[in-house]
Amino acid sequence: MSEGKGVWVFSENADLTLEMLGKGREIADKVGAELAAVVIGSNAADWANELVKYGADKVYLVDNAVFGRFQAEAYLSVLHNLVVNYKPETVLIGSTKNGKPLAARLATRLEVGCVPDCSRLGVDEKGRLVGERITYGGNAVAKLTFKTKPQIVTVPSRAFEKPQPKKRSGQVVKLDLKAEQAKTEVVETKPLETSNVRIEEAELIVSCGRGLEKKDDRVLLDELAAVLCGQVGCSRPLAEDRKWFSEWVGLSGHKVKPKLYIACGISGVIQHVAGIRDAKVVVAINKDEQAPIFEVADYGVVGNLYEILPALKEALKKQLQ
Amino acid sequence: MKRIIVCLKQAVDVTQLKVDPATRQLITASAPRKMSDFDKNALEEAVRLKEKNAGVEVVTVTVASEEAKTVLREALAMGADKAYVVNDAGLKDVDTLGTAHVLAEAIKKAGEFDLVLCGESSLDSFSGLVGSRVGELLSLPQVTSARKLSVEGDAVVGERTLEDSIETVKAKLPALVTVTREINQPRIPSLMMIMKASKKEIVTWTLADLAVDKAKLASKIEVVEVLAPKTERKRIRITGESVAEIADKLAKALIQEGVVKR
Repeated sequence: MSEGKGVWVFSENADLTLEMLGKGREIADKVGAELAAVVIGSNAADWANELVKYGADKVYLVDNAVFGRFQAEAYLSVLHNLVVNYKPETVLIGSTKNGKPLAARLATRLEVGCVPDCSRLGVDEKGRLVGERITYGGNAVAKLTFKTKPQIVTVPSRAFEKPQPKKRSGQVVKLDLKAEQAKTEVVETKPLETSNVRIEEAELIVSCGRGLEKKDDRVLLDELAAVLCGQVGCSRPLAEDRKWFSEWVGLSGHKVKPKLYIACGISGVIQHVAGIRDAKVVVAINKDEQAPIFEVADYGVVGNLYEILPALKEALKKQLQ
Repeated sequence: MKRIIVCLKQAVDVTQLKVDPATRQLITASAPRKMSDFDKNALEEAVRLKEKNAGVEVVTVTVASEEAKTVLREALAMGADKAYVVNDAGLKDVDTLGTAHVLAEAIKKAGEFDLVLCGESSLDSFSGLVGSRVGELLSLPQVTSARKLSVEGDAVVGERTLEDSIETVKAKLPALVTVTREINQPRIPSLMMIMKASKKEIVTWTLADLAVDKAKLASKIEVVEVLAPKTERKRIRITGESVAEIADKLAKALIQEGVVKR
């Protein structure tokens, strides 16, 4: 392990922290560096110890009641302080709604670059950290690297696999750091009403687009999804324009990575396709044989979803028995 | 509250972008430009605040390495009072940090303000970093990804959707707020508004007009490549005499792929 080469991960989100530890371990091993996690929180000692099992060689623990919940300036000042003192080469920050501005502000304080929302991340043959992100509304994938250090990267949820916990040894370094005074105040928090299972986590998605004629017709998708233990999704127009769904799959909505994505009556605009880039198998069902979705599907059926879906449900039921 | 600054980007219209199929390179130079969608929401929100609070002035600030007058005229027609643009060929390769430095200096030069509004992200590069970087450079409290906004006395209150909750955040003015597209439906300016806007002022600066440390504008990011994604899909058409036959074939293929559970 060499000095000043450390790879760090930080997220206020537990799952994302573990996912980044998996990726962080891979990067650290490749460049011969130490992997460290930063934990900022309250009563977080157990969690800090837990992170060693997931690959951290070191955990910087800043544990104080004032850090019980995310506060932008407090977390930023602690993270900045740690980075300035221990000089990691790479910092992975979870790209949540709070994490991304945190990364942007940290990179600004340090006068360094930041590559946000890396769906892929690795070390190239020249030893450079290269992050891949979707840009230009799904028209392109940019591969970016850094001219300055520390290299700040943000990582979205579910981009990388959570590692299996192992019995291994690591060091928890407890630090007592002061927080910068808060400039913002959270005056109210209410839970967000969403479906119980998040679509990013679905293994199988049956999704519909403008080809669905009535809101109630989603029962066709529900039935197929039930047979496959999957979830139902939609493209942007059904959520934004028709308001039949509250969330959608696509670049501006949820980026998904199921084993199977069945696109029914979805034309396949580039923004939607960018959201299903990481699906293992894509099936397209569309009346219009010219629909661009067929270009990005593994299996295409030109036909009426109102006929195909019930038939597919029966066929799967029969063949899966 | 007296003055609201809105940061506006002239973005590549990604819906009209073409790709060279041979090289997978994007043809950005000739692609049409437009006001970045999220920034339009930020501007709309500023104009609505102005309509609710007499005496408020809305000023836009743009950083560009090319002509951006059409976008600025649209902003003025939507209700902005004055538009500043820093147009300099030296800004061609700046990254999010360089852009933020120029925006921050331009905002300072444009005068006093109470609120800076930005889109959460831009339509084309979609980084979502510049707003927070500007806020940091100006040492402002930030409310990010606001989907509702109000000004209450000397504070701004924003509602933001997090991964599992909805949070209401308050910050004392002056502050910076980034907005999502849910926040409003931007107006389409009437012919009357467009005509009135032609009398409003567009102030053009170059880098030489600003107190920007040129050394800080060097990009911290190196672009390895920007290419259209490769489609690595099988593109197999499933056909048959009947719907039942097609469904059978598809079901079989999916089972063979191992993506449905037996």
